[in-house]
Amino acid sequence: MAEKLLKKGNEAIALAAIRYGADGYFGYPITPQSEVMETLMEEMPWETTGMVVLQAESETSSINMLYGGACCGKKVMTSSSSPGISLMCEGISYMAGAELPCLLVNVIRGGPGLGTIQPAQGDYFQAVKGGGHGDYRIIVLAPASVQEMYDFVGLGFELAFKYRIPTMILSDGAIGQMMEKVELRDSVRRLTDQEIAEKYGHWATVGKPANRKGNIISSLSLAASEMEAINLRLQEKYRTIEKNEIRYEKTMCEDAEYLLVAFGSSSRICEGTVEIAREKGIRLGLLRPITLFPYPTPVIQEMLPQLKGIMSVELNSGQMVEDVRLAVNGAVPVEFYGRMGGSIFSPEEVLKAFAEKFNL
Amino acid sequence: MKEELIIAGFGGQGVLSMGKILAYSGIMQNKEVTWMPSYGPEMRGGTANVTVIISDKRISSPILQWCDTAIVLNQQSMDKFEPIIRKGGLLLYDPNGISRHPTRKDIKIYSIAATDLANRMEMSRTFNMMVLGAYLKLKPILDKENVLQGLKKSLPERHHHLIPLNEKAIEVGKEHVKEVV
Amino acid sequence: MDINEIIKPENLVYPKSKVLTDTVMHYCPGCSHGVVHKLLAEVIEEMDIQDRTIGISPVGCAVFAYNYLDIDWQQAAHGRAPALATATKRLYPDKYVFAYQGDGDLASIGTAEIIHACNRGENIVVIFINNAIYGMTGGQMAPTTLIGMKTSTTPYGRKAELNGYPLKITELVAQLEGTCYVTRQAVENPANVRKTKKAIRKAFENSAQKKGTSFIEIVAACNSNWKMPPVEANKWMEDNMFPFYPLGDIKDR
Repeated sequence: MAEKLLKKGNEAIALAAIRYGADGYFGYPITPQSEVMETLMEEMPWETTGMVVLQAESETSSINMLYGGACCGKKVMTSSSSPGISLMCEGISYMAGAELPCLLVNVIRGGPGLGTIQPAQGDYFQAVKGGGHGDYRIIVLAPASVQEMYDFVGLGFELAFKYRIPTMILSDGAIGQMMEKVELRDSVRRLTDQEIAEKYGHWATVGKPANRKGNIISSLSLAASEMEAINLRLQEKYRTIEKNEIRYEKTMCEDAEYLLVAFGSSSRICEGTVEIAREKGIRLGLLRPITLFPYPTPVIQEMLPQLKGIMSVELNSGQMVEDVRLAVNGAVPVEFYGRMGGSIFSPEEVLKAFAEKFNL
Repeated sequence: MKEELIIAGFGGQGVLSMGKILAYSGIMQNKEVTWMPSYGPEMRGGTANVTVIISDKRISSPILQWCDTAIVLNQQSMDKFEPIIRKGGLLLYDPNGISRHPTRKDIKIYSIAATDLANRMEMSRTFNMMVLGAYLKLKPILDKENVLQGLKKSLPERHHHLIPLNEKAIEVGKEHVKEVV
Repeated sequence: MDINEIIKPENLVYPKSKVLTDTVMHYCPGCSHGVVHKLLAEVIEEMDIQDRTIGISPVGCAVFAYNYLDIDWQQAAHGRAPALATATKRLYPDKYVFAYQGDGDLASIGTAEIIHACNRGENIVVIFINNAIYGMTGGQMAPTTLIGMKTSTTPYGRKAELNGYPLKITELVAQLEGTCYVTRQAVENPANVRKTKKAIRKAFENSAQKKGTSFIEIVAACNSNWKMPPVEANKWMEDNMFPFYPLGDIKDR
């Protein structure tokens, strides 16, 4: 039986990075996610798997170390919290433009600005709509448990390399700081340089063998026609991802008349709300988008005939609700309930808000 | 079985580690667990609290409006958490430094004079284990061997020589817990 | 005379390095970048490390360096080349990694990255082209612009009270424990070209020996933005740049 440990979400990220065969972690301390690098430094993976762990001088530098490492065809990752991710957005845009795989972890804290170190979900727009410049998307995974923090490191790398796209685990201070049971999965060996050259040598900067021209990794293309072609290719890739990679979880949805939509820590709280609502005889269900890009739009649309109303529940001022409304397109009423700045709702509070909005 | 518990006191009293030992013991007994700290500036000398949920089934919300049990180790925590205990629930507290004692009649109230005991027995570093012992006496939801496993898993190996002392403290807590009437 | 009459084997003085591509360079006539590219290509060829060399190109005129040397290239965001080089070298410790940067890229927007890469003693080579002006964006003030020098953003000449002082970043990185070799060179005459090539070779060898960061500043002319003919620009560089940015090794250990 696999070993079961009690770990914080942040610690799980670090343990998973080593066990999923990451080649490099580059990061900068920021609360509430510093345990990621601290755990890595304590584990000293460079002695075991050969993984590189480096504390950079800034988030700007971390993301550009990722850019360099990703160019090499290596599995590289970083973690940060909201203000740090803002600094990284330049680099994320470059990596999206240059079609580079990497894993980003955002353990969101309340903002704007320096904000608070308490959990929030105010970075939904930044993650899902593209925080940096230009038309790009990244794959966004929203874990709701410590086990998922662990598992999504593996999934994140897999998707990042499958589509050559930056992939983000969008978590928050609650999931990052919370401890739960983690089942360690079988370790995945790091690829050797030889294997990387064989697998990714057609695009990665692994050193140019005599039989091919030098690989150039760049997001620059000054001619408008070329740049448009690159953009069209990127958009096509995003459509493919939307077709293939939607992930979600439904709770008590079969007979639901009303639906809560929530991701990450909010979805955990809303699970509690559904439990209480069911005790009271309210036919309430919960849809938890696991991928925020691609968004489970078709899943919401399929459910519309059975629904009288939907409420999006978020630790922000109402960001994901825009995607819910786009999916619903006016077919049923869509309401929103949220708290901000590090305040968290309880299951009862959500139920009360739901009952008020729908006059139940 | 589902136990929703809040442990609250001053930072440095071992509130978070007590919660961790409890949660780890739950894993050793094949339960689902969550351990959710109230973190931040409060960790540095102010009040600290942690929510621990131990359950047979998948745990939904780690955030609680009501709890089954509150373990209270200072006055601020008493004021904050006495009101949110479910009817018929449990309040366990250390009377040291408590000037306003609990008043509710619809919950069970117990005390453990862990601060006094720990000082008298020169076991001040195991204060929180005495409280844990008192709790486990009142709510025997976890087997002793799993609690010892949880303790072992929670402590860094360099502190493993302290396990017998902690075990003793748990027993002391069990013996000295008193109902408050 | 027809060009084919000139290109004859008997007229060959020396061959073009095989590491250079046939792509026509976009650099202005008189620019120093082309010469430095040629030297890099020659060193890579002579050391026989074309299959193990990864270059990082900057934002600035040399952004297209990747079109001219047939090696694997990464094109960095403005100022960040040392961060890319750091990760690349750490993930491939046996490969040769160099960052090629201009003065705006390295000494302005990328100061943090270069200082910290040098301070960590990354086993990389840094080629720093200092022509005291922003070339690609059209002649704005650089951190290394001399006092009194006219640029499009200092149309009346750089004034210390308004713009601060020219930054001697090379002397600065020489102070750091992590650098093993810090030198300032130029390529405006054959003697200096030969010295610069030696310095580049030494830097690559240092990298193989894992001695730390090798940092080569090349004081360069930007005749287009200095608004001078090439020969005059070289003369101006010798008379004005060299006294403030003196050539020679600053650190070698």
